[in-house]
Amino acid sequence: MTNQAFETPDLTLALPEIWLLAMACVVLVVDLFSNDRDHGPAYWLTQLTLVGGIVLTVSTQWGVDASTFSGTYVADSLGAVLKVGILVLAFLGFAYSRDYLRDRGLLKGEYYMLGLFAVLGMMVTVSAGNLLSLYLGVELMSLSLYALVAMDRDSTRASEAAMKYFVLGALASGMLLYGMSMLYGVTGSLDLAEITVAAAELDDRRFLFLFGLVFMMVGVAFKFGAVPFHMWVPDVYHGAPTPVTLVIATASKVAAVGLFLRLIGEGLLPLLESWQHMVVLLAVLSLLVGNTVALVQTNIKRMLAYSTFNHVGFILMGFVAGTPEGYGASVFYALTYAFTVAATFGLVLLLARKGFEGDHIEDFKGLNDRSPLFAFVMLILMVSLTGIPGTVGFYAKWMVLKSVVEAGFVWLAILAVIGAVIGAFYYLRLVRYCYFDKPVGDGPQLTGSGGFRAVLAANGLLVLVAGIFPGTLVAICMAVFL
Amino acid sequence: MLESSWPLLSLLIWMPILGGVLVLLLGDGQRALGRLVALAVSLATFLFSLLLITGFEAGAAAMQFVELRPWVEALGVNYHLGVDGISMPLVVLTTFSTVLVMIAGWNRIAYKPSLYMACFLIMEGIVVGVFSALDAILFYVFWEAVLVPMFLIIGIWGGQNRIYATIKFFLYTFVGSVLMLVALIYLQFQAGSFGILDMYGLNLPLSTQVWLFIAFLLAFAIKVPMWPVHTWLPDAHVQAPTGGSVILAAIMLKIGGYGFIRFSLPVVPEASLELDWLMILLSLVAVVYIGLVAMMQEDMKKLIAYSSIAHMGFVTLGFFIVFQVVLNAGESGAILALGGGMVQMISHGFISAAMFLCVGVLYDRMHTRMINEYGGVAHRMPVFTALFVLFAMANAGLPGTSGFVGEFMVILAAFQANFWYAFFAGLTLILGAAYTLWMVKRVMYGPVSNEKVGALKDVDGREKLVLGILAVAVLWLGLYPAPLIEIMEPSLENLLQHVMASTNLN
Repeated sequence: MTNQAFETPDLTLALPEIWLLAMACVVLVVDLFSNDRDHGPAYWLTQLTLVGGIVLTVSTQWGVDASTFSGTYVADSLGAVLKVGILVLAFLGFAYSRDYLRDRGLLKGEYYMLGLFAVLGMMVTVSAGNLLSLYLGVELMSLSLYALVAMDRDSTRASEAAMKYFVLGALASGMLLYGMSMLYGVTGSLDLAEITVAAAELDDRRFLFLFGLVFMMVGVAFKFGAVPFHMWVPDVYHGAPTPVTLVIATASKVAAVGLFLRLIGEGLLPLLESWQHMVVLLAVLSLLVGNTVALVQTNIKRMLAYSTFNHVGFILMGFVAGTPEGYGASVFYALTYAFTVAATFGLVLLLARKGFEGDHIEDFKGLNDRSPLFAFVMLILMVSLTGIPGTVGFYAKWMVLKSVVEAGFVWLAILAVIGAVIGAFYYLRLVRYCYFDKPVGDGPQLTGSGGFRAVLAANGLLVLVAGIFPGTLVAICMAVFL
Repeated sequence: MLESSWPLLSLLIWMPILGGVLVLLLGDGQRALGRLVALAVSLATFLFSLLLITGFEAGAAAMQFVELRPWVEALGVNYHLGVDGISMPLVVLTTFSTVLVMIAGWNRIAYKPSLYMACFLIMEGIVVGVFSALDAILFYVFWEAVLVPMFLIIGIWGGQNRIYATIKFFLYTFVGSVLMLVALIYLQFQAGSFGILDMYGLNLPLSTQVWLFIAFLLAFAIKVPMWPVHTWLPDAHVQAPTGGSVILAAIMLKIGGYGFIRFSLPVVPEASLELDWLMILLSLVAVVYIGLVAMMQEDMKKLIAYSSIAHMGFVTLGFFIVFQVVLNAGESGAILALGGGMVQMISHGFISAAMFLCVGVLYDRMHTRMINEYGGVAHRMPVFTALFVLFAMANAGLPGTSGFVGEFMVILAAFQANFWYAFFAGLTLILGAAYTLWMVKRVMYGPVSNEKVGALKDVDGREKLVLGILAVAVLWLGLYPAPLIEIMEPSLENLLQHVMASTNLN
């Protein structure tokens, strides 16, 4: 270590993050000098940044396997896939949020800047090759999200949510950091590749190492919102402004997959036997609690919060096997689930108008009479979340089930499919309101500009298209781990 | 396997689905055009499906019209289609029934007719997919996807209690099928392929087979439905619109029966042998007990729904007595049993469709399905009464109608298995006659019971057409079933030999 010569890091490998960082600052400055009350320049620059980020990620990182900044930053296909997912989801989030925020006086330049920093944090997390950069990414993401949740400062519900999110989140970060310190203490290294090597040849220090592993698992489970570290999820989903909920529910889940894979899935793969049962336990609890409690929710944001646990359970199940197929299934699951949920929140935002959140399940009554197109989108989304074939949600569930059956956990697969049946009940309830009920009063009214509607419709219909032709996306997710 | 020169089966699957999307896009603004397109698509699909019959190589047991191309390469899933003598008649039954539903619903649907037509067209394509899929995952995709249009049909156009009925329908069938998914994944893991035919060659240990059999049983038994998981069916039928009931009875129930003969018997033959007593018991309970339940119904649709369960009991009975028949009387008797089950499926497709359409005709005029609100309909609707009595006779299994053929074959085979099987199965001839003809007597005959009945008008041209076509079908299959049996026989023999070889019974 001491005689290591100073090397200039290869900046081109980290171009997506550098671009995002630079553009976030530009957005901040441009917004400061723009007089547009709708913050148009900031919005368009932000979307441009995200699109640019996608292009840069694909062109510089897909198919590459390299590291830079002394191994703290890894550029590989896994990172590229997750980053493209995060960027697309953020793009959707920003596209759906404008009218909602304007109606509530929340449309500020800081929203875009904080959003971009949260995205940057997620990208750093999924590209981390070192405990420090991993933690840096997680914290950058979390701090930006805390601030975003609290953005509606006059709402007591949002303030409560932000407070809860912050206190519990800080606790979880502390756990994560504490676990990391144990690892450092045992191996003397912060580099994940070196830790992997050390983990394979543990002897008498095994106990301390596992001690650290448990703490890290707690931190990761919190970021996922896996039961029993889930208490923050419903309140934050419910309290946060819907566009922020969208980001937390989608992009941050993808980032959490990256966090798990980098830190535990790949970093500590030699200790699979030790963490496998922890993951099984988290998955089982998530499946049970999520489904049963979601049954009685009447607020769609809370319902989605509880049903998230069910899906987190599935994502965790993919990790259980510790095989490339399983990891690929989890990545596929997380990406498609996030994409589907993004559209669901988009529909909530479509119904929301000044003084009306549109987040109560009964607000969707008679949507088919008002807009057959968006009722159909809702149908596709709910069918996909249930896991019915013809939509992409089926392949996600099936790939995960396949990986656990092949790992010998048939009982876990049976438990999961029974959970899916329970899930069908509360997802179908939304379809029922959209299709079988007549509008009450003036019923659901669609707001939103043409562009918003076009993106939302495309988002929903893509869930169907990807369900009929899943081949490419499956191949990409599988190729990452080969 | 016989490759097809052009993708006929794909056409039968995707033409109605895309046609349904087109009808949906036309919207309710162009009502007349929309239903014309819907009818044209369903008719064209039916006519194309006739090419299956003309192009079918009788005497061949192998899959025909095979299409095979990779679909999800990374996971080894293929777009693999093909039909044999077992599935081909069911495909034609599907396309045939959909045309009837289109005509029957022609001007009866006031609320969102384009969505109604589109649902039926899309469902048609999906069901054809179920019957022709040769890849387990492709099969499962179609199998599950069929729930969604049916869910909407019952939920949107159903009766008073439609939401309860449709959610019950969905959840019941979903519970059964998710366990089948786990079973299929496990089988793929063992066979190294999702090809259904590849799964036939597995020689799994008996204990594994039993678990797989139970998973399949749950999926298929709920769909058929068998006692005691039948309770969703009366609810769904009573609430569904006429077209929904027709498709439900004529086609959806057949998917369950088809599953037994395509999966349970050949994939887990030893477990089928081990548990055949259970299947026979459940089938006989369906025939006898559900027959008695049917007799007590006050609601015509409910009565027909229960009679459907009883009749489907013959299908499962025919399929699962084969082991005992082979032991006692050799393979020819077993072919009789399997063939009887298959003929019963087709025949029930005609008869139940006709019965539900008849109730629909009455319901459209009187807006009630209660038997005691009718009486003396024959005085006002003579043509309708003639047709209704014919279908009722067929439902009761009168010789000369299609209802007789399948039941007779199964009962005949059952004698070779065990006298008591045949005895209890034979009770259906009494029970079926009792509940059907008693209903006919109360609804059709006697003096005109009230003013509403007095004001009834006889069937119009459209209704005559639909019921007339079905009457021809019922009589044709009743008088001359030989062509159908010829188509099925080689495939059934092939299946039987495979099953008997795997269970060492021959």
